[in-house]
Amino acid sequence: MSLVNYLVLAGILFAIGSAAVLVRRNSIVAFMGVELMLNAANLTLVTFARMHGDLSGQVIAFFVMVVAAAEVVIGLAIIVSIFRTRGSASLDDASLLKS
Amino acid sequence: MFVAPHIEWAALTPVLILLGAAVIGVLVEAFVPRASRRLVQLALSALAVAGALVAVTWRWTVVQSSGPRELVAGALREDGPALLAQAVLLVLSLLALLVIADRSRGEDGFAPTAAAVPGSEYEDQARRAGLAQTEVFPLTMFAVTGMLVFPAAADLLTMFIALEVLSLPLYLLAGLARYRRLLSQEASLKYFLLGAFSSAFFLMGLALLYGYAGSVRLDELAVAVPAMAGMDGLLLAGSALVIVGLLFKVGAVPFHAWTPDVYQGAPTSVTGFMAACTKVAAFAALLRFVYVVTPGLTWDLAPFLWTVAILTMVVGTVLAIVQTDMKRTLAYSSVAHAGFLLLGVIALDERGIGGVIFYLLAYGLATVGSFGLVSLVRTKDADGNVTSEAGHLSEWAGLGRRSPVLAVSFALFLLSFAGIPLTAGFTGKFAVFSAAVAGGAWPLVVVAVLASAAAAFFYVRIIVLMFFTEPPVAEDGSSTTVVRTEGLTAVAVVVCAVGTVLLGVVPSAILAITAQASKFLL
Repeated sequence: MSLVNYLVLAGILFAIGSAAVLVRRNSIVAFMGVELMLNAANLTLVTFARMHGDLSGQVIAFFVMVVAAAEVVIGLAIIVSIFRTRGSASLDDASLLKS
Repeated sequence: MFVAPHIEWAALTPVLILLGAAVIGVLVEAFVPRASRRLVQLALSALAVAGALVAVTWRWTVVQSSGPRELVAGALREDGPALLAQAVLLVLSLLALLVIADRSRGEDGFAPTAAAVPGSEYEDQARRAGLAQTEVFPLTMFAVTGMLVFPAAADLLTMFIALEVLSLPLYLLAGLARYRRLLSQEASLKYFLLGAFSSAFFLMGLALLYGYAGSVRLDELAVAVPAMAGMDGLLLAGSALVIVGLLFKVGAVPFHAWTPDVYQGAPTSVTGFMAACTKVAAFAALLRFVYVVTPGLTWDLAPFLWTVAILTMVVGTVLAIVQTDMKRTLAYSSVAHAGFLLLGVIALDERGIGGVIFYLLAYGLATVGSFGLVSLVRTKDADGNVTSEAGHLSEWAGLGRRSPVLAVSFALFLLSFAGIPLTAGFTGKFAVFSAAVAGGAWPLVVVAVLASAAAAFFYVRIIVLMFFTEPPVAEDGSSTTVVRTEGLTAVAVVVCAVGTVLLGVVPSAILAITAQASKFLL
């Protein structure tokens, strides 16, 4: 199977992820969209590492996983504190700051 | 076979000092009794930033004598622009730290415990018990560490990690305000979601550039840019995504949506810190990426960058004029300034590097100073309770008669924002605009000068409001008052004001230094 298929899959995942961030109203689902985008980038990195016969792409993917984990810690802390205040995790409710 | 990299510890001292202080700060939270915690944290952080500044100065002299070089197997570069940006960053974060630490009437600007639900019994008890969220200090130190690595990063992975290390603490800091906590939490959520979104773009750009060149090192990318015809799609998409990720951080239009909300909702002292220091770090990284990697792509990227720069200047200025909230006005003004700074990036002229760093210093001094002053102007309700900051512009009317010193220094910062001669802002604008003209971007300079003229309107309007307008009489008996503090903010504001005047009247010393630092090490 051609390696290009993995790149196409990564592109699709990235698009789904960014659509989820832009369209979904629940902050947790929007956040999952971000995670999906990071994983799409990981898949791209690993595929290119295989194409180039070079390990650094795979190593970068590990760094990204660590960063994604740290981001989950911060993000869920913020979302949980808002949920406890408002009783909802909807992004539409968080509109006190006028734009 | 695995070869252990050679690590130049001496050159890493500034970063190590700050990271050490941040880690020790976390331990201080655990082991030092509550009564003395704030003092210990403040002393530790201030000493660390000052120590890092000394270390950066020392590295500057070393680089001047023995030349720039790469560190840690090519992960970092120690060169003039990096060290200069780091020095500017440390000066600004020391001043911002003073504002963050300051207390008025025994209260700092942060919630007693951020974990308490706003308005709950638990929060009341925490407030009465005099709890303080001193974790603010280690969080700030972690953010400054990331900012310090950002301008020196010589591969995209290091840049990405530094971006996250500087952003993650800022997301939390934005949600810690003492008053109007719902707004603050909302700002934190928006900043987090959009920040994470933008770093995902940055990361995808990194992955595509890795696919193009087989390496994420900026110097190898620069070599690969002209070498591989036929893979332009990967290269262009990758560079554009990386630049988009960085433009999000500087708040350029159309990636500025978070700026006004976050600047308004975050604690004012944190807003000052993040507005000044994040911009320095992100612009320094943007300069390195654009000047090192993309000169071969000028023709492809120019339409994109020019559009962003023009949109940023025009939208920032126009929307700043129609705002009624002080912090939102300053936020849109910062968007407009990002547009002016982009001119120095687009110029691709050696003078642009020094010019942008000078502009960042001038802008940062005025920003830290003005947000420090905003944090002092509060609303007093009919019962005489002093509460949150007086956000609405009308509440600032007549302030010049009651607090002339505050009003005069605020006016000075506004004049510097506007770029009036004899202030730092003028020198900075001149340096960046002349570099842009030298780089052939004169149409942008025309737009920038027009935008500056329009922007002067709303800065002067605020000055007129402060000095020549009667204070309004509110129906509910509330009024505007200026609180007394322990004096840390006063020190920071005085330093910012003196710096703003000095950089405007006698800029030659600093300009000579920035001119020396106008070459990136490839």
